[in-house]
Amino acid sequence: MRLVVVGNGMAGARLVSEVRARGKDVRITVFGAETRQPYNRVLLSNVLAGTSSPEQVRLLDPRWYADHNVTARLGVTVTTVDRDARTVVASDGTREPYDVLVLATGSEPVVPAIPGAERATAFRTLDDCDRIRDAARSARSAVVVGGGLLGVEAARGLAGLGIPVTLLHQARHLMERQLDAEAGLVLRETLAALRVEVRTGVTVSAVHEKGVELAMAPSSVVASSTAPSSAAVPSATASSASASSATLPFITETVDADLVVLACGVRPVVGLARDAGLEVDRGVVVDDEMRTDDPAIFAIGECAQHDGMVYGLVAPAWEQAAVVADLVTGADKGARYRGSRLVTRLKAASVELAAMGETHLTEDEAEIVRFSHRHKGTYRKLVIRDGRLVGAILLGETPAVGTLTQLYDRGGPLPGDRAGLLFPGPLFPGSTTGAVADSPVRMPDSAKVCQCNNVTKGEIRACWESGGRDVAAVAAATRATTGCGDCRDAVEGIVGWLCEQEVVSA
Amino acid sequence: MKPPESTIGPMPISLSAEGPVMSRPPVGAAATHCPYCALQCGMYVVDGEVTPRTDIPANAGGLCQKGWTAAELLDSPERLTSPLLRGSPVSWDEALDFVAARIRAIQAKHGPDGVAVFGGGGLTNEKAYQLGKFARVALRTSQIDYNGRFCMSSAAAAANRAFGMDRGLPFPITDIGAADAVMLAGANVAETMPPFVRHLTAMRANGGRLIVVDPRLTRTAKLADLHLRVTPGTDLALALGLLHIAIADGYGDEGYLAERTSGFDEVRTSVSAWWPERAERVTGVPVAQMREAVRILGRASRAMILTGRGAEQHAKGTDTVTAFINLALTLGLPGRQGSGYGCVTGQGNGQGGREHGQKADQLPGYRKIGDPAARAHVAAVWGVSPADLPGPGRSAYELLDALGTPRGPKALLLFGSNPVISAPDATRVAERLASLDLLVVSDFVLSETAAMADVVFPTTQWAEEEGTMTNLEGRVLLRRQAVPPPSGVRSDLSILYGIADRLGCGEKFPTDPRAVFEELRRASEGGTADYSGITYERIAAETGVFWPCPAVEPGEEPHPGTPRPFLDRFATPGGRARLVPVEHRPAAEEIDGDYPFYLTTGRVLAHYQSGAQTRRIRPLTQASPEVFVELHPDLAERLEITPGDRVRVLSRRGAAEGVARVNGTIRPDTVFMPFHWDGANRLTNPALDPVSRMPEFKVCAVNLERVA
Repeated sequence: MRLVVVGNGMAGARLVSEVRARGKDVRITVFGAETRQPYNRVLLSNVLAGTSSPEQVRLLDPRWYADHNVTARLGVTVTTVDRDARTVVASDGTREPYDVLVLATGSEPVVPAIPGAERATAFRTLDDCDRIRDAARSARSAVVVGGGLLGVEAARGLAGLGIPVTLLHQARHLMERQLDAEAGLVLRETLAALRVEVRTGVTVSAVHEKGVELAMAPSSVVASSTAPSSAAVPSATASSASASSATLPFITETVDADLVVLACGVRPVVGLARDAGLEVDRGVVVDDEMRTDDPAIFAIGECAQHDGMVYGLVAPAWEQAAVVADLVTGADKGARYRGSRLVTRLKAASVELAAMGETHLTEDEAEIVRFSHRHKGTYRKLVIRDGRLVGAILLGETPAVGTLTQLYDRGGPLPGDRAGLLFPGPLFPGSTTGAVADSPVRMPDSAKVCQCNNVTKGEIRACWESGGRDVAAVAAATRATTGCGDCRDAVEGIVGWLCEQEVVSA
Repeated sequence: MKPPESTIGPMPISLSAEGPVMSRPPVGAAATHCPYCALQCGMYVVDGEVTPRTDIPANAGGLCQKGWTAAELLDSPERLTSPLLRGSPVSWDEALDFVAARIRAIQAKHGPDGVAVFGGGGLTNEKAYQLGKFARVALRTSQIDYNGRFCMSSAAAAANRAFGMDRGLPFPITDIGAADAVMLAGANVAETMPPFVRHLTAMRANGGRLIVVDPRLTRTAKLADLHLRVTPGTDLALALGLLHIAIADGYGDEGYLAERTSGFDEVRTSVSAWWPERAERVTGVPVAQMREAVRILGRASRAMILTGRGAEQHAKGTDTVTAFINLALTLGLPGRQGSGYGCVTGQGNGQGGREHGQKADQLPGYRKIGDPAARAHVAAVWGVSPADLPGPGRSAYELLDALGTPRGPKALLLFGSNPVISAPDATRVAERLASLDLLVVSDFVLSETAAMADVVFPTTQWAEEEGTMTNLEGRVLLRRQAVPPPSGVRSDLSILYGIADRLGCGEKFPTDPRAVFEELRRASEGGTADYSGITYERIAAETGVFWPCPAVEPGEEPHPGTPRPFLDRFATPGGRARLVPVEHRPAAEEIDGDYPFYLTTGRVLAHYQSGAQTRRIRPLTQASPEVFVELHPDLAERLEITPGDRVRVLSRRGAAEGVARVNGTIRPDTVFMPFHWDGANRLTNPALDPVSRMPEFKVCAVNLERVA
């Protein structure tokens, strides 16, 4: 069987390795528009921040393709799908026949249609990272346009490089798709402490040589946000909203910056599919097998639209890749994709943020448990329906994040004690060394002091009463302290207390 | 990197503190070791009284309640003192004649593999060696394996893959006390080997920090500076996440990786996909805690990563240990004085038991049975032709699972094990044992498995016999006979001789342990676990000798033994440690709507393994009388279970009951049962690790209900 994969990003590269892991008899050709080995896009903000090197984000070693008998056409794009001939045509003119074609073309950054947009750098690829880091070396100030997940990570990364950063966002609060207004505010304050100045409700109208020009909408007319238009730019698509907002009386202002990074959202790359006549909505429309309306063609990752959803996170893409690998190799003909639960986890040093599920439901629609402590950068919110966690926001360090993510993922019933979910104790409780926290006075005689030798306080008291006046004597008589030795302090405390009592009563 | 240090390194020091109980050797006392765990605490036994030894570094005068009360089984009324044939006492000759005749008949009909042998990790080196030889020479069967397969086989497989040698701790235990950081992954030493904690306490007293990975806040985890409360079955994802962080945060020791290892590039690439937030979602361990764990290990100048059964007893146990070894290698720990990776071996002779041939694929000296040179060497020592040695046989669970089936063995001779309690899917295992034409069990009490046997041989136990044990450090120790055995019992060596003699090759099976050890020395010579330079006299004089310890030419200085085998080079062909990329996968049986909770199994302080010994000692049954089911208060509330209720736990394989213990120290999605009693292993999943053939004891899916 001949498998052709178009796209060598997170989804395409994953699919190729998943197929190979299931068997050797599929002939695989993968086309990648970038010349690089596939890399982990999730970690690009770490590369930008300088905490990961490009080698550290590589998903496959250069030798991998040869070792696994996969033909990799890196730096070659596919221009046409000839569905009748079941062949793809590449930019270098070569033709590659397929039995199964998988489109994993991903998405591309939205570049706003504003004057000077070409002066800004998008933040999508490893090459973009290189460009931004190069520019950052000489930059005295930077602007990041777009306060979604990627924009926040980019701004934090640049601030970590020591550059003053202004983060501009069109909606009224940061990451408005994942966060409620309060969380957006707490995040804004957290970022401010890390030298990221955040301005929301602002629209960039032009990029100049030395900064960006803002057109600040009066707060009453800020458009309700959808994916690309939520960034601080007029919608790049010809929407009526941008047409009408252009007529409003904007106040203009310039923000100085010699580095401008665009994080204005992404748009699925669907041209190839559309030209091939496949059904395309926002993404390439697929069924539960990730199949398009041509049964020989699948689509996965950010270019695919499943059950009305276009996912922009890696976990769904990898789940989809596993399903397609099962189907294509016959490893599991019953494999189906049923949608993913979304957990967004910000990757930015000193900013702990997790958001999952339906965070925007109101008290009328769901049970809401909330704790806010802006002063400490803490915000926690649970959204509960039918006794199950359907959404959550966790801002600031907390051990709850692990448990809550799993409760959300599994959809299991929640304990009655909701507060316990929000406050499971400190992240670093430290050691509880010392077998006994209680003072010897309050301890009942039945309390076990030495676990290793099953010795109670009563037995130690009895030993003391029959003349054992120090730890060694108690150890010899009761064997307390002779196992792990951890109760030594406790035994000493009890013996000392008994001796004191004797003095007092004498 | 540091300059290479000598292979031998400085000799280990003892714990500086005096023993907790001041004791001189009792007059006339024979120095021996505890019958239970791999720590092999030194003790004297006189007149049924146990006194701890202070000269053995592992316990340095300490003992847990199991050790203190060990002598109570010596004169227990439950001791077997006569062979049993179908439950009735018979003479030794009658029993041995019966067994030999049945073996002949079964082998005549079904071939040599019609008879199988099952050993144990509590047997002395001499017995383990003799059992392997007995199977291959007297029975000529390939069908031999042992319960050590259920113990540390995953760690052994991973260590062999990485280092070319599996010596549980490749350093003296006293190195722990001098470390700056120790990570214990899936080891609850405060319950399983309490005196081990003394070394951790010494470390912490010196400012060292302890990290414990466990789904439960165990007594060990309570001692820790950092507890990573991992979801059952996800230790591998955790290790990958930790390694990702270690590399990203610059803790990789590049000089060490370049000079002493191979395979790092591929491993680095493979963990690119395990960014910490992804590992968090799988494991439930917060990213901040993972980062802190890496920071503690990465900044320590002497750090150790130790794994136990919690990480190892999985259908992916070998890869899990490999992931922890990859982390240790990336941090530059193994083969450096004071640092390293180690496996905390469990059973008394879990180390020695895996070296001398009772394992399906092994010959003495940790040789591979498929290796022609190994076969030639051992066959020469045994006085047989290499061609007559059988090849590798089935692994432990596969062997038990095949018993009595059309293609499986029809007879089983079992020494030092109680699989009806300790094997996974125990109901199935009991069915298989019941279907045999012949089951022979050697034990000193009527264990649950012995109770099913056609023939039971009453055997001597620890203080009644001499022999060597190799503890968790790879230190070969000598157990001296301290008391005479009761009349009517014989040693396992004598039983093996008795059968072999009736099969026509008695002369190859001496009954004196010292004679067997001398032969073991020659058989192991030149192997990975080379004991040829070790003598009983040296062990006694040096309170233990670390293998490898090769013999030298007459007149040369004796080899001092090898406390730290990897300081100069690893035991791989090129001398480099191998990093091997591994990938996480879910548990063989994940939770679902029908079985919504994880079951994990483990041990309690008062009992050892299947409890055949400890459940017959009164102070221990008083301390821990019965099987319990530990569950979180949230879960208890939901299921309307209150402490003390009887709870029924159900899995796809069976059901078991226990008393509810409600405790906030366990994850709300997990229940825990100790496996020392009939019960827990009726539930466990026999899914096997593809490399080590370790069953998945540590995680399966269950449901539970209150018993009305």
